[in-house]
Amino acid sequence: MNKVNLNLKKRKVISDKIFKIGATAAGTYVLVVVVLIAFQLVSESYPVWEEEGLSFITKTDWNAVEGRESFGALPYILGTLTTSAIAMMIGVPLSIGIAMFISDAPPKIGAPLGFLVELLAAVPSVIYGLWGLYVFRIYFRDWFETPIHNAFGDNIWLFSGNPYGLDILTASVILAIMIIPTVSAVSREIMKAVPQQQKEAAYMLGATKWEMFKLAIFPYSKTGLIGASILGLGRAVGETMAVTMLIGNATGIGAIPSSLFGPSQTMSSIIANEFVEASPASIHMPALIGIGLILLLIAIVINVIAHLLVTRMLKIKEGAINN
Amino acid sequence: MITKKTSLLMIATIVAIMAPLSANAATAPDVPSSDKTYNLNGAGATFPFPLIDLWRVEYHNDFDNVNLNYQSIGSGGGVKQHIEKTVNFAASDAPLTSSERELAPKTLHIPETIGGVTVVYNIPEIPNSGLKLTGKIISDIFMGKITKWNDPAIKDINPELNLPGKEILVAHRSDGSGTTFVFTDYLSKIDPDGWDKQVGKGKSVPWPTGLAAAGNEGVSGIVKSTKYSIGYVELAYAFQTGMSFAHIQNGDKTNFVEPTIDTISNAAAGIISKLPAAEADWSAVSIVNAPGPNSYPIASFSYLLVYEDLAKVTKSKDEAKAIIHMIHWMITDGQQFSSSLLYAPLPNQVIDLDKKGLSRVTYDGEVLWNGGSAKPSSKLPDWIRNNAKWWADGLITDDDYIKGLQYLISEGILKI
Repeated sequence: MNKVNLNLKKRKVISDKIFKIGATAAGTYVLVVVVLIAFQLVSESYPVWEEEGLSFITKTDWNAVEGRESFGALPYILGTLTTSAIAMMIGVPLSIGIAMFISDAPPKIGAPLGFLVELLAAVPSVIYGLWGLYVFRIYFRDWFETPIHNAFGDNIWLFSGNPYGLDILTASVILAIMIIPTVSAVSREIMKAVPQQQKEAAYMLGATKWEMFKLAIFPYSKTGLIGASILGLGRAVGETMAVTMLIGNATGIGAIPSSLFGPSQTMSSIIANEFVEASPASIHMPALIGIGLILLLIAIVINVIAHLLVTRMLKIKEGAINN
Repeated sequence: MITKKTSLLMIATIVAIMAPLSANAATAPDVPSSDKTYNLNGAGATFPFPLIDLWRVEYHNDFDNVNLNYQSIGSGGGVKQHIEKTVNFAASDAPLTSSERELAPKTLHIPETIGGVTVVYNIPEIPNSGLKLTGKIISDIFMGKITKWNDPAIKDINPELNLPGKEILVAHRSDGSGTTFVFTDYLSKIDPDGWDKQVGKGKSVPWPTGLAAAGNEGVSGIVKSTKYSIGYVELAYAFQTGMSFAHIQNGDKTNFVEPTIDTISNAAAGIISKLPAAEADWSAVSIVNAPGPNSYPIASFSYLLVYEDLAKVTKSKDEAKAIIHMIHWMITDGQQFSSSLLYAPLPNQVIDLDKKGLSRVTYDGEVLWNGGSAKPSSKLPDWIRNNAKWWADGLITDDDYIKGLQYLISEGILKI
């Protein structure tokens, strides 16, 4: 009897140990990968920091011609932030509208619609890019950009420059379409998490549908919706293929956003464009990896903010998840 | 008399000995021994990929124990892998730069095919190819100095065309590419004060104007979908997509040349005397703006990069020999497949240069192939070798043979 007990105890200890080691290893893996990526980016981009110093972040030159190398990341940082910001302006209100509709629609309509939204998230970005390049861009140029340019182009700098469909606005609109599934799916969950009693209380006071959202749902889910939007921003900042196909890929000073109808370039698109042919013997390669490092830092900041907002919301409104 | 006869017989003997030697030397490298399987790895330029891929299939048909795996990851990637010695050979559209050469010393440049870059346009008023352009005009358009199609400079050389007064949209590559290298190399050469000073040449350059897209398909996508645009793509791409392309003024400024396989081959042939040996520095080599009335000015070699000492990148001598055999096949038998894929075949002189390069390849100091017909000994005309062979076989007498030699010496054809 004693012996059996002892065995059981022993086995339990061993399995516990294995579990502990396994779980620790899995947890460490994440940390190790992030640290290794950061380390690699820093060490491989070191030559460009050595050559350009911190002015790498503020310079606008981009010259890879042998003997005239000079690199600055500012235009691409601005390009990334501009396209992402415009994409957010278009995508977030739409996404929240979708989330409102789905969360309040009868399940018969809401469920399949929610499923469709999630399906959109599964479409690979290159598909959006190709569709944007071969279909959307042409119509967008002829039916939207050209009339706007003709009407306001001479007076408002925002609409200056001949529109060709390969510009900041087209890229941003496609980006907006791409972040909608992410933002609306998360927003829907957050709105659904608002306790039913809240909504009923609002209706009881005689609120209309819109007043109910304004009174009961938005205050309750505000932080969560911001978090959801920032998750979308994270996607927009890192998106590569579709943007590369549509943004016109200017370099240097020409890539600094000056008009909605002008070309630009984002951090991820210049890496995608030039990495393959960058000469390993010049600082072109370190410069591209340096942009990768900046992109990683920006992505980390965005995700940390999103994470903080979402957890804060869930902590404050405990009821929201328990419902 | 006897001494003279003896010495002549000695010459005769030497010639006779050389005959079988040079006959042997004219042969290709040893066929890879069939009892082993070889998996060869190459990486690099995307431009020659369709051709190299066809070579892979055709070569494998003939020598089925050799498998080639060529990754078309781009010239820069190929050069990187070559420097890191992770592939058996690399391919690049641009020769190694001086700084790359320091990282990969003793690299042979083996031109394997020739490509051309066409200037394509989309002008509804001019639906066909044949708009004439000079290098200077192209440079001015791509720098944004000429902004309208009816600019006097263009009108002057195209009096018969109805050029519209529309704004020109410039389209160029967004990705680093050999095509861009060739195109900007040409513009730098033709416009040293403008283009070369402001922009320069390279796989990616600081473009002063225009929209950019990745790949030939990206540039042709912009040009096709945008009226009054201009761009540059590889010859094969322009042909296959049926775009209109410009005829460009030749290096001698005597003619406007249509881009074809022949005119691109001419460009290479026109510059052969200036080519360095395979082991030398090729960083300054360029066949743009080549002389000749029918030389298309925007053309370039595509190179295979091979280490002189293959022991650096191979596991065994047999594998190294298989590589030599395969590359030799590519630059000789393989050239017949070029035209069908719209690549210009190498002129014979370039093939000889390549063979000379291959004959330098060693494995741990041991020469793998004596160089075939590229050796000086093989410069002996066939009829001398035939004579020597007949003499050696006893088909002609000593006297006949000596008389023949005497005649050659007295005429100064054969020097002793």
